[in-house]
Amino acid sequence: MAETITLTVSRYRPEQESEPTFQSYDVPYDEDWVILDALNYVKDQLDGSLTFRWSCRMGVCGSCGMMVNGTPKLTCAIPLSDYVSSGPIRIEPLQFFPVVRDLVVDMNGFLGKLSSVKPWIIRDDETPPTEGEYLQTPAELDVYKQFSMCINCMLCYSACPVVGLEPEFTGPAAIALAQRYNLDSRDQGAAERMAVLNEHEGMWGCTFVGECTEVCPKNVDPAAAIQLYKMASATDWFKSVLLPRGSK
Amino acid sequence: MSVQTGSPSGPPELYHRPMSFWWWLQKRAYFNFILRELTCVFVGVFAVITILQIRALSQGPDAYAEFINRLRTPGFILFNTVGLAALLFHAITWFKAVPTTMIVRFGGTRVPDQVIAGLHYVGWMVVSVVVAWILLLR
Amino acid sequence: MRGITPFLWFLFGTGGMVSALLFPIHVLLIGLAFPLGWLDAPDYESLRSLVIHPITRLYLFVFIFFPLFHWAHRFRYTIYDLFQIKHGAQQPIAFLCYGAALLGTIFAAYTLLAIA
Repeated sequence: MAETITLTVSRYRPEQESEPTFQSYDVPYDEDWVILDALNYVKDQLDGSLTFRWSCRMGVCGSCGMMVNGTPKLTCAIPLSDYVSSGPIRIEPLQFFPVVRDLVVDMNGFLGKLSSVKPWIIRDDETPPTEGEYLQTPAELDVYKQFSMCINCMLCYSACPVVGLEPEFTGPAAIALAQRYNLDSRDQGAAERMAVLNEHEGMWGCTFVGECTEVCPKNVDPAAAIQLYKMASATDWFKSVLLPRGSK
Repeated sequence: MSVQTGSPSGPPELYHRPMSFWWWLQKRAYFNFILRELTCVFVGVFAVITILQIRALSQGPDAYAEFINRLRTPGFILFNTVGLAALLFHAITWFKAVPTTMIVRFGGTRVPDQVIAGLHYVGWMVVSVVVAWILLLR
Repeated sequence: MRGITPFLWFLFGTGGMVSALLFPIHVLLIGLAFPLGWLDAPDYESLRSLVIHPITRLYLFVFIFFPLFHWAHRFRYTIYDLFQIKHGAQQPIAFLCYGAALLGTIFAAYTLLAIA
């Protein structure tokens, strides 16, 4: 059984280098450890300067996303034992995002995209809270529940080549989030969101590679959300052409 | 809004990793994606060949015989073999993708993706048999 | 171009379905089985009388029109992705693709009308 395992980690310290380099660390191999445990071992015992994000260590906060051997993963969810017999584990910051330092990426663009889809209940007619909540049946919840499970871990953005090719592309998580609200029975804002997403940088940048759904740790299936959106947009288009006044 | 650290020399230099020109060769999934997309070239070519075949048919038996003879050449047989493989790859990936574009509910429960895909395969077989029947019973 | 993107996507989708369902059997028979003699091809007269029928001509138009636009839409975006074409250069490629599909459609319509 292996005694140690090697992590080859991307380092980037803007105050001392102009581009990232790799640094290798040998950590003890423990079959109960996940990659995040190994990274924390490095930081605690070997090199306190290593910088990375993490929080819940159980796959619900979305903080610890990194490229592991070229695939975006939540490092708290990947056992070291998966890699014990395949050589050093290459760990890099999430692909297609600018690097702030070491394994930390700049999230501001992503956060801007999330808010651009108006991710809140939009009502034509607001009723005051004193009149009670907007009721929703379990069946109505089921319609959008899957798309509400997103933890904003950004793995889907790192998997999507369009994000790399067109940085303004709204992206899988944001479009899935828009669908989460469009399909919510309490929401009346689908037309407003359609105006935002019916653009080249919106849903039409997507060419259905499908990798976003493949890497999503929460089975949100953002690819499906986007294709549903395209279908809705095409339907809207036909309605506006065939029934110019009667489509609402 | 840019990220500010405590560095006394100012905000950090964000590093932008360039996207390789050969990005689609760097991952199996990306390569398969490009391959899938390029099957559309065969779709376009076969559509054009169909137009040309109809044109040859309208120009008389000699023109049509010449067209048919061209289809028998090794070059065309090879192209059609590769093309058929491409079309099958297109069809299989298409039927896998279609269920994501529609959520079908039957009496409250959602119809599983495999059922929708399966129905497409059944439809595919049915129309293929019908087309073959029409072409072979002449 | 922006306003008709949903419509172009619809054409792409319909063309994808038409080509997925119908092209394999056509290529298998007309492209391989008949030329290689595995099965007997229809003779000239019977094929012509089949094609002239208005329903067949409508079928053939659908068979050609939607798949041509399927090719145009898919090829356009694949060129963008493969060669990392940015906004400025994208328009001419789009016009070339849909323009070619339109020309093919007009040629097909003319041929199908002229055969009668």
